[in-house]
Amino acid sequence: MTPPQRTGTAAALALLLMTATACGGSGSQAESGDGELNVMMYQDTLAVVQHNAAERYNEGADVRAVIDEVPGDGYDDKLRTVMGSGEAPDVFFNWGGGSIEPYVEQDMLLSLDDALAQNPEMEEAFIPSVLDAGKIDGVQYGIPLRGTQPVMLFYNEQVFEDAGVEPPETWEDLLSLIDTFNDEGVTPFALAGNTTWTQQMWLQYLVDRRGGHEVFQRIQGGDFEGWRDPAVLWAAQTVQDLVDRGAFGDNFASVSYTEGGASALLAEGRAAMHLMGSWEYSTQLAEAPEFAEEHLGYTTFPEVPDGQGDPAAVVGNPTNYFSVTSEADSEAAVDFLKQTYTQEYVADMVENGEVPVTTGAEELLDNSPNPDFARYQYDLVQEAPTFQLSWDQALPRTAAEPVLTEIDRLFNGQTTPEEFVDTLAALQ
Amino acid sequence: MSVLSPSRDGRRRPTAAPSARTAPSGRARRPGPRVGRPGAWWALPALVFFGAFAVLPMGLVVYLSFTEWGGLGTPRFIGAQNWTRLAGDPAMHRAVVLTLVLSVSSWAVQTPIALLLGVWAAGRQRNRAVLSALFFVPLLLSSAAVAIIWRALLDPNFGPLAQIGPLIGMPGLDVLSDGTAAFGVIVFVTAWQFIPLHMLLYQGGARQIPASLYQAAQIDGAGRLRAFWHITLPQLRNTITTSSVLMVVGSLTYFDTVLIMTGGGPGTDTTIVPYLMYRVGFESYQYGYASAIAFTLVVVATAASLVMVRLTGFGAMRSTREGM
Repeated sequence: MTPPQRTGTAAALALLLMTATACGGSGSQAESGDGELNVMMYQDTLAVVQHNAAERYNEGADVRAVIDEVPGDGYDDKLRTVMGSGEAPDVFFNWGGGSIEPYVEQDMLLSLDDALAQNPEMEEAFIPSVLDAGKIDGVQYGIPLRGTQPVMLFYNEQVFEDAGVEPPETWEDLLSLIDTFNDEGVTPFALAGNTTWTQQMWLQYLVDRRGGHEVFQRIQGGDFEGWRDPAVLWAAQTVQDLVDRGAFGDNFASVSYTEGGASALLAEGRAAMHLMGSWEYSTQLAEAPEFAEEHLGYTTFPEVPDGQGDPAAVVGNPTNYFSVTSEADSEAAVDFLKQTYTQEYVADMVENGEVPVTTGAEELLDNSPNPDFARYQYDLVQEAPTFQLSWDQALPRTAAEPVLTEIDRLFNGQTTPEEFVDTLAALQ
Repeated sequence: MSVLSPSRDGRRRPTAAPSARTAPSGRARRPGPRVGRPGAWWALPALVFFGAFAVLPMGLVVYLSFTEWGGLGTPRFIGAQNWTRLAGDPAMHRAVVLTLVLSVSSWAVQTPIALLLGVWAAGRQRNRAVLSALFFVPLLLSSAAVAIIWRALLDPNFGPLAQIGPLIGMPGLDVLSDGTAAFGVIVFVTAWQFIPLHMLLYQGGARQIPASLYQAAQIDGAGRLRAFWHITLPQLRNTITTSSVLMVVGSLTYFDTVLIMTGGGPGTDTTIVPYLMYRVGFESYQYGYASAIAFTLVVVATAASLVMVRLTGFGAMRSTREGM
């Protein structure tokens, strides 16, 4: 309980800090020229690869690379705060697309076109479609730093065996599996509805399969009338149909992904399938190692009726990127970026279960903790005609948030598919 | 001049009589030091603090509400666009309705329970101190901890509720996945957390009621119920107002509970105004629009407390002891 004036103060104070820091934003860059290269990194178990890279880099350079790990929850707004406050890091982790567009608009990022021109081996090192996704308006701002993370359909092989069924290949298969598992008392699909972006994955695949890659490309290009594409309406109707059929059980709204809820449901056999990014494998390996090694199956998202899209297309995160801020010591930063395709770096990634996006990484995949899964993923991405970046990363944040909210409302039956389309088309 | 007499501790002190005689003329010539009226500059630290942390930020919020700003570069002035958007934003309309319902239901749930517990705790029963201390525990926990605990307890898949449900014949008992139930959970958890504070207020208020009133009522043959109705409640009038203002204004800031327990969901069924402000400001980086929402919240909170104080005559602060 707070006295009245504090209601506003808490909110106002936060905004004051922003204002105060924004005014100082144009000031001198504290970090540059102090012999340190500050690298802001998303904190998780995989960041060990970047730590090792920094160590190798520090052996031969005058400038010391320092990895600052920032907790993943709220990484994006922490990044926004430091960038706006003149305390920007020199190099930072991001998702490309809409996640760095605002910084590009403010001329806060260094174009890496020159670096690529001077170091042709850098351009040749990566799978072209993935490197391309690090561009904003045709200018390179991001260099891939992680493995690829396509969204795929995971399933519990034990549950499928018990029910005597096979993973879905067509949409009819998928619908009949929903009935089968509901009769068995198993939730057909684990869905972490409390973590909105997990619901978004369903719409992404449905739209991509039904209408093709171009549907969202148009929206991503800024034309929100693109939401009125019939494929979007169909996808929204399909989502509500799935919910009504009990595809996600009846308490998905309170299941969280970040707290491990959905993954536990799959591992415990209380859910049969789970549509999730490829990192689900690492999550399961950490939380339920026995299940991950014995019974965790994976397949692609099935075709849909009258689908215009290529069934080999994938959605998800092509990879994560390092971008360099314009105030950074560009020479040192570019030197550091060269680490991301060294033999040691790629070998490190593979050992940690990642699937690199560097060309010619195939041979290394045998060293992966699960070579089959790694190769499956590598081929999936290699053969995919298109790789749609997650909507909430592809769109600018001002639009991404309302889109996530509307998707949430759609899954919870608080809006009709028609209203869903109208609301999204009306966004600015 | 004055007659000095030895006081009990051996020191000398002017006796009362002569000074009383000389006092009137003395007061006329030179005003003595005024009691309890320190200079205005004593308020300076508090004023500076209030200015720097309340007035100035509020002014900046008003300024920002007329701009478009994403946290980078300079805010761009866009006139009243944020305000016209606010008026027509369905998300805001939903949030306002939810917030009003939350305030009213929080008040309606917390007041009677806190009042009864407080009055009970003011008594002299056995075990009262021990039980009061136990009731007080929720207030010692941070809102975040409270929300995390209750979320874990109520988790329909992994919480104790998932085990208890089938035992009481309600498998699939789930209060977080349904919009109305989740809203009820927010009301319940915040009540659980804040009732102790109000219980404390009522306990203090009830202790202040002179015992003679109850004795008189007893002589007149009033039972406990009538004594409560005709003595305790009217005597607690000012406490009720204080507690109600705190409750209503406080309920406008139930943010952490919503963030942790439901994330504004299912869908947007628990997205109250402070949570919407957070989403708009810190997740979609529309600080201008978020400022408009923030300022609306400030105005509504201030208006609500002013109206409540006016309506209850609390501002006049009439004593509850008149005629005693």
